[in-house]
Amino acid sequence: MITFDHVSVTYPGASAAVLTDVDLTITAGELCLVVGSTGSGKSTFLKCINGLVPHFTGGTLSGRVVVDGRDTREHRPRELADIVGYVGQNPLSGFVSDTVEDELAYGMESLGVDSSTMRRRVEETLDLLGLADVRSRPLLTLSAGQQQRVAIGSVLTMHPSALVLDEPTSALDPPAAEEVLAALTRLVHDLGLTVVIAEHRLERVVQYADRIVHVPGAGAPLVIGDPHTVMATSPVAPPVVRLARSVGWSPLPLSVRDARSAATSLRERLRDHAPSPGPVEQLGELVASAHRLVVSYDGVIALAGVDVDIRRGEVVAVMGRNGAGKSTLLNTMAGLQAPDAGMLDVGGVAPARLAAPDVVRRVALVPQNPSDLLWRESVNAECIDADADAGVARGMTRAVLTELAPHIDDDTHPRDLSEGQRLALALAVLLVRRPPLLLLDEPTRGLDYAAKERLATIVQRLAADGHAVVFATHDVELVAEVATRVLVLAEGEVVSDGPTATVVTASPAFAPQVAKILAPQPWLTVGQVERALAG
Amino acid sequence: MKRLPRTLHPLAWWLWAAGVATAASETSQPVLLLVLIAAAAYVVAARRAITPWSASYSAFMRIAVVVLVVRVVLYVLFGDAGGNHVLIRLPRVPLPTSWGVRIGGPLTAEGLISATEDGLRLGTVLICVGAANAVASPARLLKALPGALYEVGVAVSVAISFAPQAVVALGRARRARRLRGRSERGWRAVRGMAVPVLEDALERSIDLAAAMDARGFGRRGNVAPMHRRAATSLTVVGLLAICAGTYGLLAAGSPALLGVPLMLAGAVVAVAGFAVGNRASGRSHYRPDAWRGAEWAVATTGIVVAAAYVVVAHRDPATLDAISQPLRTPDVPWQLALTSIVAALPAFLAPPVPRPGSRSRPVPVPARARAEVAL
Repeated sequence: MITFDHVSVTYPGASAAVLTDVDLTITAGELCLVVGSTGSGKSTFLKCINGLVPHFTGGTLSGRVVVDGRDTREHRPRELADIVGYVGQNPLSGFVSDTVEDELAYGMESLGVDSSTMRRRVEETLDLLGLADVRSRPLLTLSAGQQQRVAIGSVLTMHPSALVLDEPTSALDPPAAEEVLAALTRLVHDLGLTVVIAEHRLERVVQYADRIVHVPGAGAPLVIGDPHTVMATSPVAPPVVRLARSVGWSPLPLSVRDARSAATSLRERLRDHAPSPGPVEQLGELVASAHRLVVSYDGVIALAGVDVDIRRGEVVAVMGRNGAGKSTLLNTMAGLQAPDAGMLDVGGVAPARLAAPDVVRRVALVPQNPSDLLWRESVNAECIDADADAGVARGMTRAVLTELAPHIDDDTHPRDLSEGQRLALALAVLLVRRPPLLLLDEPTRGLDYAAKERLATIVQRLAADGHAVVFATHDVELVAEVATRVLVLAEGEVVSDGPTATVVTASPAFAPQVAKILAPQPWLTVGQVERALAG
Repeated sequence: MKRLPRTLHPLAWWLWAAGVATAASETSQPVLLLVLIAAAAYVVAARRAITPWSASYSAFMRIAVVVLVVRVVLYVLFGDAGGNHVLIRLPRVPLPTSWGVRIGGPLTAEGLISATEDGLRLGTVLICVGAANAVASPARLLKALPGALYEVGVAVSVAISFAPQAVVALGRARRARRLRGRSERGWRAVRGMAVPVLEDALERSIDLAAAMDARGFGRRGNVAPMHRRAATSLTVVGLLAICAGTYGLLAAGSPALLGVPLMLAGAVVAVAGFAVGNRASGRSHYRPDAWRGAEWAVATTGIVVAAAYVVVAHRDPATLDAISQPLRTPDVPWQLALTSIVAALPAFLAPPVPRPGSRSRPVPVPARARAEVAL
């Protein structure tokens, strides 16, 4: 179906090749998972399949990529559109029309599909992806999960024989991600669709994969094999695999189900241990407090009476499905949005009433896309700017940055940093004013495992230093790792609020993999289990 | 008989608006112009579509008022319309007569009235465009373009979609500045925000181009290049002829051959081009808007009004000319004023607009979702 024949790719101006000598055949009906850290060349690999590399991106491709008998050297992406459906990383920027239905039909119109077939396929796809309720809505008004499903639907309607997806679930809440992945596996099983998918959050997909392609980066040869073999040694691995490796299970389980049956003896061994408490929680003074907080946009209630107190030293995870009000809560705390009713007190004042320079001394918010906060042309210029804004001695921001992420070159353009480094820079720029309250909106979007681990360390250190950290996220594994408390929102109301262990084990949707494997015992992370077994 | 709601074909609405605009451009009779404005407003009130676009009607209204004011101000500054009823003598800037420009000088009642009428005429044309926007969004009109003009349509609609995207990007940039503790205003703030907004736009357009390519935009399929070139040239030549014909029809004193005959010839050539192009494009249309009786009726009202004015303009130009030299109360051409009411008939002829929540497209932007986008 898809054949890579000694393929190497070098981008113009780059000193080394991104991919070297890739030799691989993906057979029809296979679900192939592409893993690797950020910037390792996963996207390049995917774009080779429909010819976007090199026709669109430039660069040199040696060797041959043949899809269903068509060589990408002779066929441009548009001529491959009927056999390869490609969904890029950012669905919103790839939309051509303005409503859901038109977007789903767009590809078919290009292919000249007749109108009754188009009608039928649009209806089928709306049902398959659960989009029927929003069929006539403008795309700009959809939630991130809905947008992602429209993007997938818009290529599915073309009935391609291969589907190429670049991080399709990164913006989705766990149930929405499950839904998209369930739809994909159904397509693989029922229609024999070939799916090539790149994903950071392996815990969501690894059990569905027939084969894994690990892209180590820096032009090193790819590691290709069946999931059990590749996962046994891969540096990127989901918690279930890390637990299995540290306990020494063989064969390696990839799903919670397999792991549970292997875990009987482990549960026995752990019976007499209790999870070590995380870093001892020193709850300090109150930094923010909301009472019956109501926020609305144009008459629609986004927060409907939220009560929450946040103290120094706490790490609070805000969870809930897309559109539950998580971002609104953070924005309101950062003074971007004025409350309609109720009381909000951040450091003794109502943040929306303050001028911007006074707000940022009390509360820092890193938005979903940290690069929004960066607008200079080098890391150094950005740091100097932040020093001047904060009125501190020159070099302070740089010092904070070095602490957060040690090896960043001064002259790099913020755009050329990795996602994790960019997040660190945005944090440094805000933290230089030492605000007691730090808010992070979906900080793990686009982060690989290594970057996520670094983020967890940073957050724990900040909390130990007496900051209060509140982060909105869909990432249950990160929550299990760092949060001391979890707040679950639904329809703008708090539906649960309590210690992490209690909240995340209470419902399967929010439970981390280790908790699912070892239930009913209250273990949350691989680290906890390892410490218990060692001690 | 119960009238079922449905959206009218956008072309019918734009033909209606074009007809009214043509009529307005033929006359400077203020009573006639006001009747036309009232007719258009009545139709908008009855059949306004519920889309973000329909809000642009009031924007066009405001622009029309600005145009009227600017036209009068220009007359005060530069005008020399003649006339005997001098209202005031402004100090005159001495300029050589060979320049052909005059600044200052006497202001006459005749000049002022004629400038107002002229401004009103331009304003009416603008209001007609606004009315068309309100009842049928230009995006839908672009979708209805024939296959031969498809690429042009996509270019325009991508350009149109830039505006809301830029507004979102600007909102994000403003928030980001606040989050970094900047509260500066003026030039520095604009400069700081322009870069992220432009970067965003650039990145988006690259992504969009990749996505469109990956989804088959510009696929040639198995159509001979000859066929395609024939379609394009026929279409372009035809449209140029229509433009020239329209000019000939509307501009006074142009040769008769440049009017209706050229326009008709152009239309024939363009339609041939569309027909060839449609077969050549290999594209299909998803849920194309239907063209039924109501569409014919609405389009006809526009054409009837336009035709009435054009015919009168050729037979008896004085009727449409309200320019008052000598100053007098202008006669109102009652027959024409009554005919203008035809322009209001689409308020009854067009089917009612589907209400939001019902099955037909489109639906308004829910406020909550809009706010989420802004975040």
